Amino acid sequence: MASIEMRNIVKQYGDGFPAVNDVSLDIADGEFMILVGPSGCGKSTLLRMIVGLEDITSGDMIIGGKRVNDLAPRDRNLSMVFQNYALYPHMTVYENIAFPLRLSKTPDDEVRRRVTEAADVLELKEHLERKPANLSGGQRQRVAMGRAIVRQAEAFLFDEPLSNLDAKLRGQMRTEISRLQRRLGITTVYVTHDQTEAMTLGDRVCVLRKGKIQQVASPRELYEQPVNLFVAGFIGSPPMNFLPATPEGNRLNTPFGTIELDEKRAAAVRGRDLLLVGIRPEYFEDASLVDEAKRPLGSMFRARVDVTEWLGDSQFAYIPYEAPEAITAQLRDLSRELDSEELRTQAIVSIDSTSRIREGREAEFWLDSRKVHVFDPTSGENLTRDAEAGAELTRLATQDRVEQLDESRGGAARVGAA
Amino acid sequence: MSTQKKVMWWIGGAVIVVYALFPIAWIISISLKAPSDIANGQFAPTNVSWENYTTILTGSASGLFLPALRNSFGICLIATFISCVLAMFAAYAIARLDFRGKRLILSTALGVAIFPVISIVTPLFNVWRQIGLYDTWPGLILPYLSLTLPISIWTMSAFFREIPWEMEQAAQVDGATTWQAFRKVIVPLAAPGVFTTAIIAFFIAWNDFVYGIVLTSTEAARPVPAALGLFSGASQFEDPTGAIAAAAVIVTIPVVILVLLFQRRIVAGLTNGAVKG
Repeated sequence: MASIEMRNIVKQYGDGFPAVNDVSLDIADGEFMILVGPSGCGKSTLLRMIVGLEDITSGDMIIGGKRVNDLAPRDRNLSMVFQNYALYPHMTVYENIAFPLRLSKTPDDEVRRRVTEAADVLELKEHLERKPANLSGGQRQRVAMGRAIVRQAEAFLFDEPLSNLDAKLRGQMRTEISRLQRRLGITTVYVTHDQTEAMTLGDRVCVLRKGKIQQVASPRELYEQPVNLFVAGFIGSPPMNFLPATPEGNRLNTPFGTIELDEKRAAAVRGRDLLLVGIRPEYFEDASLVDEAKRPLGSMFRARVDVTEWLGDSQFAYIPYEAPEAITAQLRDLSRELDSEELRTQAIVSIDSTSRIREGREAEFWLDSRKVHVFDPTSGENLTRDAEAGAELTRLATQDRVEQLDESRGGAARVGAA
Repeated sequence: MSTQKKVMWWIGGAVIVVYALFPIAWIISISLKAPSDIANGQFAPTNVSWENYTTILTGSASGLFLPALRNSFGICLIATFISCVLAMFAAYAIARLDFRGKRLILSTALGVAIFPVISIVTPLFNVWRQIGLYDTWPGLILPYLSLTLPISIWTMSAFFREIPWEMEQAAQVDGATTWQAFRKVIVPLAAPGVFTTAIIAFFIAWNDFVYGIVLTSTEAARPVPAALGLFSGASQFEDPTGAIAAAAVIVTIPVVILVLLFQRRIVAGLTNGAVKG
């Protein structure tokens, strides 16, 4: 088990294109780090540089205090789960899992003990004599994990391990991976483009865009205090709504009426003429269902609902709005970069599932203005980010992790010392 | 499929099988006819006679046929083995590595393969005589390599390309050296491809006539196809047709056995289940 440190890592391909550009990232011992971003952001390349399958153009890769830039993959003692599992089809499940041990010339009875142990953890016992071709997708995935956990590796690396599974299985395996990591307490780097995986699995999440780190923080901090427009738009599903706004004193004029800002945030945005307000879908509510006590904390507006989607436990309403040409173009660029295709400027609003708001009619909405963020439309920077509050969220998450890790490694030692 | 369609398919299939197997049936039939029976004007022999087989195996033609059979086996197996080993490394490099001149190697291989044998065999005859390779095993193995190597490289690199890169990378991460990854993961996976290639290469060498007849003069190295051409009848008024037919049947047998033996390995898609889906 070891920490992984990256110092100014650059990966440049033959044509000079930097797939990874000046990335510095510290991953603590036992931490679960997620690398996330839209396709082509360099997250897989970064992972492959950690494991040694990709050369590092410049920068230092330090694993467990040792610089490993020039070490072959086999000398780095890391284990990796590939997107397509890469099981050896000519070997049984047992031999697949035993393969790393066989290569290190482990004695036979030791191999048997450790393979059986791994198979127990992953519930593969009755499949040990079968060939990968005869297994289901989920079972293959577990064999790939078995091969990773069977030896004492310094860290686990996962390259989109769940993307080939169907939705239901993906959910189950996600919990399984999380449980396994907590139990083994091993440093883990996990690449995904799925933000549900990123939010649920990671102690910290590293959001990448075009080879550059945008923000490294706990899932909660990413959600509550995103550093820029890109992170705000990437994290959260349905995504954050971005409305054009013009400031007027302590107020912002938006297509959905005026939003009152507190003194601190108003100061941060003063002196600009065009802004983007970021509002998460759940900050909205059907006005008729809002408590009297809560009402003054937000603002009310009327708008025509285009479409509603009722999902049983929640309900979404789509409200179209007009935006200046420049803003529309920029939002379209952003959504394209986030691998989605936003065709019209509309807000997605989460309302209570009991709400009777109907499609095609005007309705009154309430908007919680306490948590809105204001972005600079040109640079994308979050003007109202509260860095301290964000850091506090990540500090809490780190504390949680350390406690869990102590527990799984037998907290007795710590208690004894105290 | 409707019944009518099925019937059509069966008829079509039968026609193709008859078309392909009729010459073989014919040559078997001829090989079983006594010399006096050959021109009997009917398909089947009047009396089944093993005379032709005794002639080539123990009789007057055995001095020509048996050494030729031994030469053919020896030369073709060695040529196949060498070309498979060389092609395996070459194809691996072509499928996996990016190096300058990769296209050049592939197109040269293709160029060599399409070069007509007859145009180089005369100069080769002269060179071989000068350097002492004429009428020796190496003297045939070398030209056979030029026939088998290009096709081996092409087929095998196609097989290697089918093997997912991740297989090998996974092995490397698991602690294998490049050589271990090649030997323990890539070679077993490529086995069906290697077998297919070996069989194709063996057939090409086995069937060669032009090199065989030009570059040999005695039973020291003369392969079967060349020997068949030198068969003569019992007297100058008799055709050796029956003996040639019998020899042809015997020469066909190893080919049939090879295909039957390795059919399953060739067909078996070993990579099934290696990756998703």
